This record gives sequence, C-alpha cells and structure tokens, in this order.
Amino acid sequence: MATSTVSSPLGNLSTRRRAINGLMTTLVYGAFVVALVPLVWLSITVVRKGTDRFMLDSNGEHHFNVDFLNQSMKGVFGGMPEGGIMHAIVGTLLITLTATVISVPIGLLTAIYIVEYGRGKLRYAVRFFVDVMTGIPSIVAGLFAYALFAILVGPGTKTGLVGAVALSVLMIPVVVRSSEEMLRLVPNELREAAYALGVPKWLTVLKVVVPTAFAGISTGVTLAIARVIGETAPLLIAVGVIDSYNTNVFSGRMMTLPVYIVSEWRKGSAVCNDPAKICVPEITEYRAWAAALVLILIVMALNLIARLISKYFSPKTGR
Amino acid sequence: MTTAQAATTVPLTARKESIADKVFGAFSAGAAIIILVTLAAVASFLLTEAWPALMSTSADLASKVAWLGTGSGETLISVIGYLVFGTILVSAMALAIATPVSIGIALFISHFAPRKLAAGLGYLIDLLAAIPSVVYGLWGSIVLLPALKPFYRWLGHYFGWFPLFAPDPATGEVSPTGRVALSASIVLAIMIIPIITAISREVFLQTPKLHEEAALAMGATRWEMIRMAVLPFGRPGVIGATMLGLGRALGETMAVYMIISGGLTFSFGVLQSGKHNTIAAYIASQFPEANGSGVSALIAMGLALFIITLLVNMLARWVVSRRSEFSGAN
Amino acid sequence: MAKRIDVNNLNVFYGNFMAVEDVSLAIEPNSVTAFIGPSGCGKSTFLRTINRMHEVIPGARVEGEVLMDGTNLYDSNIDPVAVRRHIGMVFQRPNPFPTMSIAENVVAGVKLNSKRMSKSDAEDMVESSLKGANLWDEVKDRLDKPGSSLSGGQQQRLCIARAIAIKPDVLLMDEPCSALDPISTLAIEDLIQELKVNYTIVIVTHNMQQAARVSEKTAFFNIAGTGKPGKLIEMNDTTTIFSVPSEKATEDYISGRFG
Repeated sequence: MATSTVSSPLGNLSTRRRAINGLMTTLVYGAFVVALVPLVWLSITVVRKGTDRFMLDSNGEHHFNVDFLNQSMKGVFGGMPEGGIMHAIVGTLLITLTATVISVPIGLLTAIYIVEYGRGKLRYAVRFFVDVMTGIPSIVAGLFAYALFAILVGPGTKTGLVGAVALSVLMIPVVVRSSEEMLRLVPNELREAAYALGVPKWLTVLKVVVPTAFAGISTGVTLAIARVIGETAPLLIAVGVIDSYNTNVFSGRMMTLPVYIVSEWRKGSAVCNDPAKICVPEITEYRAWAAALVLILIVMALNLIARLISKYFSPKTGR
Repeated sequence: MTTAQAATTVPLTARKESIADKVFGAFSAGAAIIILVTLAAVASFLLTEAWPALMSTSADLASKVAWLGTGSGETLISVIGYLVFGTILVSAMALAIATPVSIGIALFISHFAPRKLAAGLGYLIDLLAAIPSVVYGLWGSIVLLPALKPFYRWLGHYFGWFPLFAPDPATGEVSPTGRVALSASIVLAIMIIPIITAISREVFLQTPKLHEEAALAMGATRWEMIRMAVLPFGRPGVIGATMLGLGRALGETMAVYMIISGGLTFSFGVLQSGKHNTIAAYIASQFPEANGSGVSALIAMGLALFIITLLVNMLARWVVSRRSEFSGAN
Repeated sequence: MAKRIDVNNLNVFYGNFMAVEDVSLAIEPNSVTAFIGPSGCGKSTFLRTINRMHEVIPGARVEGEVLMDGTNLYDSNIDPVAVRRHIGMVFQRPNPFPTMSIAENVVAGVKLNSKRMSKSDAEDMVESSLKGANLWDEVKDRLDKPGSSLSGGQQQRLCIARAIAIKPDVLLMDEPCSALDPISTLAIEDLIQELKVNYTIVIVTHNMQQAARVSEKTAFFNIAGTGKPGKLIEMNDTTTIFSVPSEKATEDYISGRFG
C-alpha cells in the first residue's frame, strides 16, 4: 500500500491506479491467450480427427493406408470405408493453376502500370478500385463467374474454368497490391542507372525493375494462391459437386478440396442397416476431417514456400 | 581488340525505341483498365441475371421459386429484409466480440511483449487468417458447438431476461443444438481477429515515441500511458481496421452456413435456432437446387450483398487512408 | 571519341518553376570540367540536362540548346534514349544492378538493350572496361560474383566501368565520391586523370579541393535565395577561379564565407 513520494501531475501512485494497471495488463495478456486457444484447439482437432480416415482400411480395420489419397468417390456410397480425394486434389490443382495463369499477368501488368507508367485520374481510379476489389465477398465472385458464363455460354454452365474465373476475381487484387509494393521497393537509383546507359523505359522495367523485385513478387503470388486455394463458396456455385475424375477445365464439373469437405459434411452419418456389409457410420465425418487436414497442410506448405522464396531469393543489396 | 558496339554507331535519331515504349505502356495501362472493366462487369452481369427476379411481381415470382410465397418468405424484398437483418446481427455480434480482443492482442504485441518476440507473435495470430473458412465451419459445427451448449444453457438460465439471450418462447429453453446466431458470431469473430489485429498492431507501433515518453515522464503507469498516448493516436486506424473486419464478416459464407440452422425472422433471440440466416449462407444453401427463376432471385440477393460490402469497404478504406502511413498492413 | 559540349542560353524548368536560368558555357573535349557551388544551386540539375536525364521526372523541360560537336541534342528528331548512349553518367551513390554479377554489370549497357554479343566480345569488353576503371586486378578472379559484393569504392569503379563500356563521347559524374571514404576518393580522382585521355569529363562536386585537384576548368553556380533559379556565376581555368576569381560571390564561396 506504499504511495509514491514523488509528486506528479497525475497525483500519487495510489493502489487504485496500480490495481487498474495490473487489471489491464492481465486483460491484455488474456486477450492474446484467448486468441491462441482456438488456434491450438482447432489445429489439434484437425490433426487428431484427420488421421482417422488414414487409419481405416477398406476392410474396416485399423490399419494405416493412403487409400484416401489415391481414390476418388466414384462408386462409393453409404457407409463404405472407402473413397478419397484424388479427384478433388486434381481439381483443386487444375483450377488454382488456371486462376493463377489468368491472375498473374493481369495483376503484375497492372502493378507495373501503377508504379511505372500511371498518372493522374486513371492511376488513382485503378488503385482505389483494386482496394475495393479486395473486399468482394467470395460468394459474389462465384455468382459473377456464373453470371458471366450464363450470358456468354448458357445458363447452368459449371466447369473448372468458371471456378478459375471466380478465383481470379479474388486473386487479382492481392497480386496487384503485393506486386505494387515490391516494385516500389526497387530503389530509383537502379532505374536511373539503366536510363543513363541509354536503356529505354520498357526494357528497364522488364530487365531491371521486375527481376530485382522478382523474389518479392513470387512470394506475393504464392500467398495469393494460399488464400484462394481454401475458398469454398465460389466453387460451390461455379463448379459444383462431382464424384469422379475430370481433368478438363473447359468442360464438365470438377471436385475441389474445400467443396469436398462441405459435401461430405452435408451427407451426415451413414445409415448402417445391412450387417453383412462393412459399414462405418462416421465415415463421412472421417473423410471431411481428413480432407481438412490435407487442405491445411497444403496451405501451410504454400506459406512456408513463400517465406523460403523471400529469404533465399531476394537479391543481395548492400554488403 | 574489341568489336563491341561503340556509341558512335548508334545514331542520335533512332526513333523506334520510343514506339516500343509506348506499346508497353499502353499494354500495362490496358491491364489496369481490365480491372476497372471487371468491377463494372461484376456489377452489370449480376444486374442482368437478377433483372428477371427484380422485375417480376411478387406473385409471379412466388409461383416459380420454391422458397418464396410461403410463410415468412412471401416476397423477394421481405426475404432480403430478413437476411439483411440476420447478416447485420451476426456480423455486429462478431465485431463486438472480436474488437476488444483484437485491440488487446495488438497492444500486447506492440507494448507488452518483449521486442524480440513481436514478429513471431504477430505471425502466430496471422496463422488464424490462413485457416480456410470451411475448416472453421467444420470445427465449429462438430467440435465447438457441443462445448458451447452448456454455456448457452447457463446464459439462458441466468440472463434469459435480456432480449438477446431469451430462450425460445415455444419451448422455454435455449436451442438444444447450439446451431444459433451466437455460435456463428463466435466463429466469425475468431476469423476476423487477425485482420483487425494486424492493422491495429501497425498503428500502435507508430505512436510517436515523444507522446509515450511524455506520459511516462509524468509518472503514468503503463496502462495510463496507453490510454493517454497510444489509443487516441490509434483511434482512426482501429476504426478503419474494425470496418475492414466488418466487411469480411458480412461476406463470410461457409462458416455461417455450416453452423447456423437457418430461419427468416426479425427476432433478437440469438440463442434460438431456426431464427436467423445471412445473405451469403442463404445463397449457398439454395443455389445448388435452384431453378432459373430461383437463380435469378439469388443473384439479386448477391447484388444486394455486393453493394453493402462495397459501401462498408469504401468507407473503411477512406478512414484507414486518413492515416496515410499505412502500407501493406493487410 | 571525346566530343565538345556547347550550351547556349539554357533554362531548366520543372513545370512552371524555373530551376536554372540562362546558362551558356563550353566544355572542351578531352578535358575535365568541374561544377561547384552551394547545395541546391542547380549544378546537378544542370548536369542532368546534358544527357537529358532530367526528363525522367515528369514535367521537366528546357529552353535553349545543348550542342554536342555542333548537333543540338534537344532537336525534335533526337531520341533522348539515344543521347544517353553517347553521354554516360555516374551517380552519387554506387548503383550496380543487384541481380547481376560483376561481369554482367559491365556489359549491362549492351545486354539490357537486347543487342547480341558473342561470348569473346563480351569478355573483351569486360576486361577492357574494368582495366579502364582500374578495377580489373581486384576483381578478375571473381567476375561472376554479385556486383553488390564489392566495397563502396569498388562498386563506384564498377559503375564507371559500366559507363565507359559502351564507349560514350562524354562522361558526366554527379558527386561520384561523396559516398566514399578518402582512399577510394583518391583512387577515383586518379582514375579521372587517366580517363580524360579518351573521354570528355564533367564532374559536379561540393568538395572544392577535389575540383582544384582534378579539373582544368571550373564553373561556379549560385542561387540567389530559396525559390529563385540557380545561375552560372563564373567559369574559367581552375587555377584562375581558385586564386583570382572575377566575381565577389565566387570569392566568398571559395573562401568559405558561405555554402
């Protein structure tokens, strides 16, 4: 209960002030812990429940297998302890790749415009609307892609390409903003050095500025991929649900990993009436968790790759 | 002896380079214009597809669309009304939960934790943002809900007099499944915490050292210094961050879809199931089975959501930009 | 092949703001000319108009003429990019390209312009340019290391090698030693004396002793006040400027009364 003998404009350091300080400190520490709780809880849950499917083989016995990774859902129904995500992984890879191929050139060129060529109203408008674009809800992006193809091709078109367009709407603003920042970080004196050698602007941008920013741009693109690879709503709308392989993005539906999770979750428990057949009621839940585990591992891997690129491929500026 | 190009062989009047320059400049401007065109296209394509639904009379539409014309879903406008209410209710609760926690975390990282750990701690919180929303939905519906149910019973029992926590008048109990608006809000809060924290963290770190030291020199405790110097300085930034979080919450689909048991009412009872739904979750649930007119009506809803989130995000960006030192905080 | 530069009544503008007013001077081939003056007097701005580098800033323009061996560089059919291939520049802070090795930096003037060069030609160019910049012996064993792995003084000599590799007629140097230590500075000053045999050199410096050491002619620029344009006050043989200047302002600057 000691009071300070030093006088200050705030008065003496009373117990009350000390107590409030202590309380707020506790609350602040507490807030951090509160945020960590779901992170840890969710991670542990996904890892524990995700392995259930990997431990169940097709005879219903407890035995580690990777059937889940090399089967599709074709011909799988009821409580059969089979079925996997091979078709979903292929679908996710193809659709995400297509979305990247669409987004990166547009996004990078736009960033180049903003940093190197842009002027006046157009530049302001582009920057403002790219910012706005980062806020488009993912389901609206899906609806847009659906509407686009409904008008251009015909209503009810659901193909991998439609999904890729939906994901591009979400990816482009992320690519633009991160590339813009990386291009800005290239010191102006490098551009001047090139100009002074009689190199025209466009070659300076292509051969000096972009290569110098390349590591940063790659990191940004990888992170953009990590963000859209887990999107569900737009793909649910644009690409739909299917049980078998499809490697053609231009025709036919494709299954994707996040949509797979929802579709298994929707099925609910399987009904096991026939004692003669091997039947696992919770198989749909096992599949959903296992797919969630695979999805999270892919996202984490992408994040790790992004950090490694940033660390090891940045040009060494300075000694 | 070198045969390298001597400058004298390059005539001073070479002109073709500047044509290439103009072409490239036009090319990159073209890409930028594609962005603007895309946004305009999003708005107009949605409008085009939504037009039939927007233009038909309510009776006409109700005859074509399965989920209109009965009970609380008489007209498209009324359905949108219920959904806007539900969306705002769920998002507002999520914000109410997330904002104080995010501010606390941001303060923790910027002013309480050891300097060397700040980056690592920030990264830990950012991990929350890396988890796909469908995984949040899965975890929320299967793992979190059973844990929340006893909490809801307790809330309903002791705080049932408060309109928000009122039990279902029909049964006298709160929802036995836990598939209620509050659950969706809690999961949404977890999802938007990293967004609000990241920006707030940046703002708090930029508080002028001068102000902080002046407060401390007056004999202020650490909390008092924060209250006097850090929070007032950071207020516009935190407001902007919160609005960005709101924008994210408004558009979130899967987590809500997988957790909430939907309904269309204007009830404030967030512990009752079958009372609320959000626009995004509703669209996701009805779209797969919808026929042509149904799709049109759903797209009209999507348009409404697009406009709402557009306005919120534009407002948020404007507030954040007034503190112009921001760069890549999100 | 070194050329002469004649400037006639040059005014430099940024938008509507006149930065440098009515400069006329002559720069002899194979000589070293120094521009001196207090900070902000426009000497760097003026230097950049010689190779049309100031045009990189939007809204920058000039009125008047800059003639190289009689050809007006500001004629309407002259390409600014081509001008810079004839008039090279070295900057205040060394700026080797970080994504390129030492050898690649030297031939950057050719490679970045997408011109083809055979491997032996490239190697010849690297060796002769690095020798011309007094850097060959120090780096000949590590030509494939990144350009940024060198010390400050070495990086600046690398930039000089890069500039002379395309064999310009004139070499402009904008305070090339101000970011370097005294030993590297002396190395570059010695290099300048060797380079003037093949090139016309113009050097902007805020170090008067340096101007006195390296140049044959010196031009003194001054500015009347903030917001006013810079002007050429006096230009003469270096020995004259530093012993018996004609203008009072020059004498005040030389003796350290301002600047």
